[in-house]
Parts: sequence; structure tokens; C-alpha cells
Amino acid sequence: MELIAVGIAGVKALLVLLMVLSLSAMLLWVERKGSALIQDRIGANRANIFGVLPFNLGFVNTLIADPLKLLTKEDMVPAGADKFLHFLAPFLAVFPVLVTFAAVPFGDQLVIGDTVINLQVADLDIGILYVLAMSSLAVYGVVLGGWASNSRWALLGGIRGSAQMISYEIAMGLALIGAVMAFGTLDLQAIARAQGYHFFGVIPAWGIIYQPLGFLIFLIAGIAETKRVPFDLPEGESELIAGFFTEYSGMKQAAFMLSDFAESVVVAGLATTLFFGAWQVPFLFREGFHFPGGVVVAVPHLLVVALQFVSFIVKVFALCVFQILVRWTLPRYRYDQVMDLGWKYLLPLALANMLVTGVVIVLLG
Amino acid sequence: MRETIGITGGAARTWLRAVTGIAGAFAVLDQYIGVVMTFALGAVIVLGMVSGSMIFGARSTSRRAIKDEVFECGNPSTGPARGRFAVHFYLVAILFIVFDVEVVFMYPWAIIFRQLGIPGLIEMLTFVAILGFGLAYVWKRGALAWN
Repeated sequence: MELIAVGIAGVKALLVLLMVLSLSAMLLWVERKGSALIQDRIGANRANIFGVLPFNLGFVNTLIADPLKLLTKEDMVPAGADKFLHFLAPFLAVFPVLVTFAAVPFGDQLVIGDTVINLQVADLDIGILYVLAMSSLAVYGVVLGGWASNSRWALLGGIRGSAQMISYEIAMGLALIGAVMAFGTLDLQAIARAQGYHFFGVIPAWGIIYQPLGFLIFLIAGIAETKRVPFDLPEGESELIAGFFTEYSGMKQAAFMLSDFAESVVVAGLATTLFFGAWQVPFLFREGFHFPGGVVVAVPHLLVVALQFVSFIVKVFALCVFQILVRWTLPRYRYDQVMDLGWKYLLPLALANMLVTGVVIVLLG
Repeated sequence: MRETIGITGGAARTWLRAVTGIAGAFAVLDQYIGVVMTFALGAVIVLGMVSGSMIFGARSTSRRAIKDEVFECGNPSTGPARGRFAVHFYLVAILFIVFDVEVVFMYPWAIIFRQLGIPGLIEMLTFVAILGFGLAYVWKRGALAWN
């Protein structure tokens, strides 16, 4: 029995890791094509298998061709670099981001015979704390990458990155407190289930209705945590070459790139879980659709699970695409503006959001 | 002889009790099986990825000295790279620790907030007022200003 539980946990863990990895790789392609669309160019168009296919293979580029190319690149470690930390930094940049997803539910529950499988890798009571703890570890990858490289550009990028990431972490943590108050739990699966109701029988009771400002602050802080435009000061290719990963090549550099996209996926996954009803499909309950007006459509269990999973993926993907749109629309901030936004605007706003939420909950009883 | 067996039996029982006790303590951690599995699989995947180029990558031996130089705009790099940097970043790190610890205090409050009711809200208002006063102070003293 214990072995079965461990096996199921392993399968779920593998599934979630592969999901994050493939979403990240797909996003890389969406970004290349999307940025090309925005900038009126064609973008990546050479992916094919030995040139025999009449059409372009799209994200085969980022799933197979790019990793293969990067795999065969020379692994450069600059003279004077700390070899161990230089190796450790890309690991620490990706690993915490990937394991964050262990606490994020991607479905309700799957019933096979009399086994009930909770569609969440780890059903943690303190899910939000785990997620915040893991995602904040990613800062070590940045600061170690900058320090270990023995390069001025890398060090500047690493220091900028660490200061920026820790600044926005406070706003991020505070923005989530409003949601925690609204739902009264840190368990992400419980939060997901709490969003299965409908106001007046029509409007899905998603977190964004309780916490619009909280969502906005969380999203801005999340984009800043991923170090993407308009907050890409740590990389700042026009001033710092590539910032903290200037001295990286091959798969180590790819790891840093992957961590960028995986962080986007994590931010989108958290935003979906807390503010967009997680895996909930509007009007879909465990036994089928209950539309307003009393229309009931029964749906088989497996289809319900599949619909919920697809709903989760679609929401996450939409939020990721939104982040890419932001990235290719806004210009980069100046460093003092980035820090001002975090400390002077988002932090007081998040505190105010928390107190207003408290007052409203007390008033409503 | 019997004495010895008795002692061993007692020791075995003590050990057994200790082991069940530890197992019982870990039963609480059952929900962390998923975390452990994710850590293990994630570590394997990421380690494989990061060391990929070290194993499969090309390696040239010619002109190593030039190749191993750090990136610079065409000139040889001079002086140590890990020089001094603005103290401001250090200040941000200190402020982070102060504020982040306070955020951690707010999470337990947020969960049992409904049970605490109005007294709990007033207490948190006081706490946030003190925190806000601290923020106003560092703001006024220019700790958040970047020139």
C-alpha cells in the first residue's frame, strides 16, 4: 500500500515536472514567434526534419533543435572563476523553480476503482508558504552566477538581480495575504475547491473577484521576480552583456534561460490557482455541468477530470502569453524606478490591500 | 546467559519503540512524499541538464589562455572582478530581512483572522502602523532613494 502511494507520488511528480518543462519550451517558441509578430518579422522558420517536410515544424525548434545544439557547445568556465559555484548556480536557478510546482493542484481528484488520487503532487497544508519558500531560493542562482564568474558584468547583474528579487518578494508575500484571508487557508487544493461556487448562480467565485488589487500587485511582483522586461535590469543586454549569465555557455546558459520561462509558468500557475479558479471550469461540478436555469448535463468522471486539467493548462498558458505580451510591449525601467515601484508603491499598496480586506471581511461578518 | 538475553531483549524493545516513534513522527510527513519525489526527480533532471555540455560539448585545446578570459569589450580585463559595490544594495538586503520577517508573522494571523474578529484586526492595525512607521522612517532618511 505504502509502495503504491510512493509510486503514485512519483508518477505525479514526473508528470508535473514534464508539464512545466514542456510548457517552458513551448513558451520559448511562442515568445520567438510572438516577438517576431509584434516586431513585424518572420521569426524562427527553419525547423524541419532533414528538410523533407513542406511546412515549418514550429516548436520542434525549441524542444529538440535548440537543446541539441546547446548540448554540443563547449562548456566555458572563465579563468579565475569559482568552478564549483559556477556549476552550482544554474542548478540553483532551475531546481527551486521546478519543484515549486509540487504544491500546485492541476486537477480535483481522479477516482479509479476505490483509489482516490488527489491531482496534486504534494497535498501540503502550508502550500502557499512552500511555494514562496521555494521560489525565493531562486535568488541564489542569480547571485552565485554573478559572483562565481569572476566578471564585472556578471557581478553587477547578480547584485542588481538579488536586490530586485528580494525587494519584490516582500510585495509578493504581502499581496498573497489578502487572498489567504479571503480563503482562510494556505492549502492550495482547498483554495482551488473554494472557488467552485458561483455568485448569484452566474459569476464564478474566482479569487480575482475578492482580490483584484491583490492580483495586480502579485502579477507585477511576479514579473519582476522572473527578471523579465520591463524589469530585466539584472540581464540588461544593452548595458551588462547578459548580466549574471554572461560567462555561461551551452546547457548551463540554457538552464538560466529555462529558469526564466519556468518562473513565468510558476507565476502563471500560482495566479491561476489563487485568482482564476485553478482547475475549475465554470458550472462544471463533479458529476457534470449545472448551468444557470436548472439545466443539468451529466459528464462522465474521466471527462470531468480531463476538462479540469485542460482548463488549468489553458489558464496558465493564457497568463504566460500575457506576460510575453507585456515583455514585448513595455520598455525597460531605470533601476531607481524599479526599486521605487517595489518599495514605495507596491509595498504600501499591498499593506493597504490587506487592511481593507480585513475591514471588509469584518464588516460582512 | 539469561541475563544477557534479557538485556538484549530489553534493548531490542527500546529500539523497536524508538523506531516506531520515529516512524510515527514521520507519518505526519506523509504529505511530503510528493515533495521528496519531486526533489529527487527534479535534481536528476536539472543535474543532467546542467552537466550536459560538460559531457557532450566540444572541447578545443588551442589558444586556451585567450578563450578562458572573461568577457570584456575587446580589451584585456584588468584588476579583480569582485571589487567594491554600492553599499545601497547591502542596505536593501537589510531592509528585506526586517520586512520579510514581518510578512511571515502576518500569515498565521491571516489564517485565523475570522476567529480573532475585531480585536485581531485592531492588533494587526497596530502592528502594521508600527511597520508603516518604520517604512516612513527609512523612506524619510533616504534609504530607498537611488541616485
